[in-house]
Amino acid sequence: MESLLALGGLVLLRDSVEWEGRSLLKALIKKSALSGEQVHILGCEVSEEEFREGFDSSINSQLVYHDFFRDPLNWSKTGDALPGGPLGVLRAMCTRTGPGPVTIALDSLSWLLLHLPCTTLCQTLNALSHKDSCPGDSFPSEHVHVLGLLHEELHGPGPLAALSTLAQTEVTLSGTGDQASACILYRRPQQRPIHKTQWFSILPDFSLDLQGVSPLKSQPHADAYTSPVDLSTHLTFNLHLSKKEKEAKDSLTLPFQFSSEKQHALLRRGLSQATSHIFYEPDAYDDLDQEDPDDDLDI
Amino acid sequence: MKVPRKQVRRVDGLTFTNVLTGGKLTLLCDAKTDGSFLVHHFLSFYLKANCKVCFVALVQSFSHYNIVGQKLGVSLTAARERGQLVFLEGLKSSVDVFFRAEEEAHPLHFLREAHAGNLQPLYEFVQVALKPADREEAAWTCPVLLVDDLSVLLSLGVGAVAVLDLVHYCRAAVCWKLQGNIVALVHDSGDTEDEENDILLNGLSHQSHLILRAEGLATGFCRDVHGQLKILWRRPSQPAAQRARSLTYQYKIQDKSVSFFAKGMSPAVL
Repeated sequence: MESLLALGGLVLLRDSVEWEGRSLLKALIKKSALSGEQVHILGCEVSEEEFREGFDSSINSQLVYHDFFRDPLNWSKTGDALPGGPLGVLRAMCTRTGPGPVTIALDSLSWLLLHLPCTTLCQTLNALSHKDSCPGDSFPSEHVHVLGLLHEELHGPGPLAALSTLAQTEVTLSGTGDQASACILYRRPQQRPIHKTQWFSILPDFSLDLQGVSPLKSQPHADAYTSPVDLSTHLTFNLHLSKKEKEAKDSLTLPFQFSSEKQHALLRRGLSQATSHIFYEPDAYDDLDQEDPDDDLDI
Repeated sequence: MKVPRKQVRRVDGLTFTNVLTGGKLTLLCDAKTDGSFLVHHFLSFYLKANCKVCFVALVQSFSHYNIVGQKLGVSLTAARERGQLVFLEGLKSSVDVFFRAEEEAHPLHFLREAHAGNLQPLYEFVQVALKPADREEAAWTCPVLLVDDLSVLLSLGVGAVAVLDLVHYCRAAVCWKLQGNIVALVHDSGDTEDEENDILLNGLSHQSHLILRAEGLATGFCRDVHGQLKILWRRPSQPAAQRARSLTYQYKIQDKSVSFFAKGMSPAVL
């Protein structure tokens, strides 16, 4: 989790109804602010007061909050709304030429994805997270962090995959019982993606308390495997044939296989002595006429 | 709602003592059963608590809610007359839309549009209804918006995002500005793979503080247990309790009340 902010680019925080992600977003924002970065927040889902709740005043003074909660669609027409809407603000951030590292938090990316065309949003995010440094600026583009809160259940596989390909890091929130975990997927350039599961909790002042890492992507409670029982011992039947049995089996002719021996046997039937006989003693009522078994044809 | 004390320990969620604190969105949801008993409960609860209520009733007539309200001890007629209740009767006023001049604002104006756009007129109706008038400032406690139900808007051709925007604006106006509460009912389409409804339900779940989910029993209809209620608390003030806390109870709807009990503890089977 420490390296979440070390890599630049887009960090996707995927949460669900059961495991909310805003607390983690706030914890990462606090971390950025404490390390001296400028933090811009695009707030579309909760009010500014609610978002700033829990941060102390030193952190709050470093946060620049762009309020799209009160009137995101400009229904009040009071002229208070920021020009260009959220997209305009994002694009303005792309052309920002200030020095120093900056963190941009999107609360939430889901809101943006529901209100903007997916392609436009992806292009803007790409431009934002791979912002070219100003000419002569020695800061590499790793110094732009974009944290996007995404509510997984709201979007189809297409937009989710599109955002996934743009992201350098993906954090999926889940957990068991009361313990939250984050499944982190790191995509470093020219390296294989790395999966990690980090158990964590968030303290009331939005500091991260990290507990335990497991390399497995899936459940961390991987039960210790008992050695699989050998089921082929103590059987009451044979699973394998011995060599002799195999030869006997191979030399057996099948009943419907017409070989030359069988042909001769059939032709010679009349000469052989061991034929079977059927002895039939008809009853008094037995009808020997095969053509009219019910004896009801009136001919 | 009566909770039989012998079987169930008192739970704050069921008595909803914290719901009056204001600024909360409560989502009512039903799956394979009828969750309207929750709407009737909240309506009578907030009227008895002396709140100013704006009820957007799109599903049933005024007299239906009035009759049930009387069983629960409130008179909607009286509440409306004294100005405590602002009632938008969807069934009746939807017809009015067509007999008005097009320029006149009507909360259900979207019914006239070929491609239902946004629900701004409905939002403005709510805003005006719950705006505290100066002389009434001391009369009522927190304002409440009650909607029965939001899934109907989807059936009427409004997109899920437009309904989410309406709820967003109502949250800004009612929950944030006026410190009031919103209670809205949405149906869960379950297996029918209604994408728009799923977006609406999940989007609202993420915005809610409290989710009450009434479900039919997995085993089918039962005379003594009408269903189960899952209570989910979200967005707690302390981030430490990150996971949505949840509780499940089973219930039986009676003529004038609903009794709750722990799973498997129905008096009929004990």
